[in-house]
Amino acid sequence: MFSIELLLNALVAGVLLGGFYAAVSLGLTVSFGQLNIVNIAHPAFVILGSYIAYMCNSAWGLDPILVGLAFAPVFFFVGIGVYRIYYESFERKDAEALRGLAFFFGVMFIIEVGLILAYGVDFRSVQAPYIGQNWKIGGIGVPTRMLVPFCVSLTMFGAVYLYMSRTFNGRAIMAVAQDRLALQLMAADPVRIKQLGFGIGIGTTAIAGALLIIIIPIEPSVGRLYIGQVFAIAVLAGLGSIPGTLVAALVLGVAESVVSTFFGPSWAPAVAFGILLLALAFRPQGLFGR
Amino acid sequence: MKLSSFWLWAAVIALLGAALTIFDIVPVNAFVYFAGYVVLQYVVLATAWNIMGGYMGYVNFGTAGFFAVGAYTSVVLYNLFKAPLLLMIPVSGIVCGLLGLAMGYLTLRLRGVFFAIATLALAIVLETLVINWDYVGGATGAYILRDREIAPFGDYIEFLFFTMLLLAIFAVGVARWIERSKAGRGIAAIRDDEEAAECAGVPTLKLKLVATTVSGFLMGVAGAPFVLYVGFVEPSSAFNLVYAVNSIAMPMIGGATTWVGPLIGALLLGTVQQVATVTISSELNLLIVGVLLVFFVIAAPEGIVGLVRKWRRSGDDG
Repeated sequence: MFSIELLLNALVAGVLLGGFYAAVSLGLTVSFGQLNIVNIAHPAFVILGSYIAYMCNSAWGLDPILVGLAFAPVFFFVGIGVYRIYYESFERKDAEALRGLAFFFGVMFIIEVGLILAYGVDFRSVQAPYIGQNWKIGGIGVPTRMLVPFCVSLTMFGAVYLYMSRTFNGRAIMAVAQDRLALQLMAADPVRIKQLGFGIGIGTTAIAGALLIIIIPIEPSVGRLYIGQVFAIAVLAGLGSIPGTLVAALVLGVAESVVSTFFGPSWAPAVAFGILLLALAFRPQGLFGR
Repeated sequence: MKLSSFWLWAAVIALLGAALTIFDIVPVNAFVYFAGYVVLQYVVLATAWNIMGGYMGYVNFGTAGFFAVGAYTSVVLYNLFKAPLLLMIPVSGIVCGLLGLAMGYLTLRLRGVFFAIATLALAIVLETLVINWDYVGGATGAYILRDREIAPFGDYIEFLFFTMLLLAIFAVGVARWIERSKAGRGIAAIRDDEEAAECAGVPTLKLKLVATTVSGFLMGVAGAPFVLYVGFVEPSSAFNLVYAVNSIAMPMIGGATTWVGPLIGALLLGTVQQVATVTISSELNLLIVGVLLVFFVIAAPEGIVGLVRKWRRSGDDG
């Protein structure tokens, strides 16, 4: 059963999977890690992105990644809208913690049931020229439907990282949860900055959703499973650390891939949640936390 | 000891239930029992959730996990020696109570949001375990053949309905007792400010363990008869997110700080759901729950109980 080749295959598949996880959890690192907004509906927005890619792909044959890019600005404004509601109803009244959580839980549920009403519970997938090919490099299979999302994900990751670390607004997003007052003294409005950050967080889900449906066929309720992955990655990364997110995503991807290769795919969902429970219990500050 | 009016009412309702199910004083369509059972099951779940979520402020997203562990404990007992329901209920309760106790120790490290996410993680880990456990049917599920009739109730569903009615009364009674006891005031203090409560000499850990254990016990009790109700249980139905959403939405809509809130929320929302499932569609009624939950947390954070209180107060002023 065990062989070096199998292990190498599992490792490569794990790295590719981890790269994709990085795209899915990037938005949460911004909204949850840096802005302290517990957006438990984040994976539901990813699924929404997947369905938009599916819709445009099946109706007009558009490339799913292009659809994802085109809809990222739309999602950005949706994110701003959601944040306005959240701010007016909870944050301003200092009641964000538990009621805010219930709010996002409800939003998640509405998205999921709305998609079920519109598309049913059948699995949906997209068509693209790069889906279904398989490159062989020295006995190791590299499916292009994993490789393409991996590359897109890393590109998006790099772009967001540069924006966060190089621009004034990006640095302000990283600072806003830590010191509002200092930010105000720098003539930046904390609410507008949080709004911008949350918009970016939701914007990334349009692209992540397109990548998801390229990798695997989906149905509305799979979003729930990704709650484990994205929160495991965000916690393991040390909340708010963007490079940490990439490392944690790769760790999780490899762990899941190895477990599903050697123990069977039905155990894979437990890996993320298991890591999450262990991280919360023993190292809540994460790998890269302070 | 003088009987309070609450227990008087409870006894009257229990007797009425007995009169309906045992003596059939009024002929009732079996569907009413099927639907009523679900509503009462939500009364137990919502009340159980509220002990932890409403009184103590620790949000549990894992209700479905507890419910399913209760249901699957029944499956194990049935597979072992065809245990009767009256044994399944306490054993499921104890198993879930212990699970709740373990969750209580988790609160030592985790608070607020992190605790809530951990409960969701717990539910999914449990689901994966059950899917990979062949003894209880794995992913394909398990059948339990129930008797068609049982003395002295007649139809078996009448027996299940009456059992759930007693469990609902028990759950609400326990929640009401906790709320009014010294422990309940300590638990409320934890919700308002855990550090301050600890400093004021409230035994926070002990109270948290009591609350999580009681909450888990009641959720397990609600899940125990589930397999007999449906006759066939599979992971995706027992671990359904609907249980988690409903058990949060019902107390939030009813009002989370008193025992009346979850009761009102569950009776109201549960009945609406049952009617909507038959008349409209089961997906649409779930959408209604989601929208109502979002609407109430935004517009009426104190729930229906809070609205009524406000309305009464303004009546007094005017």
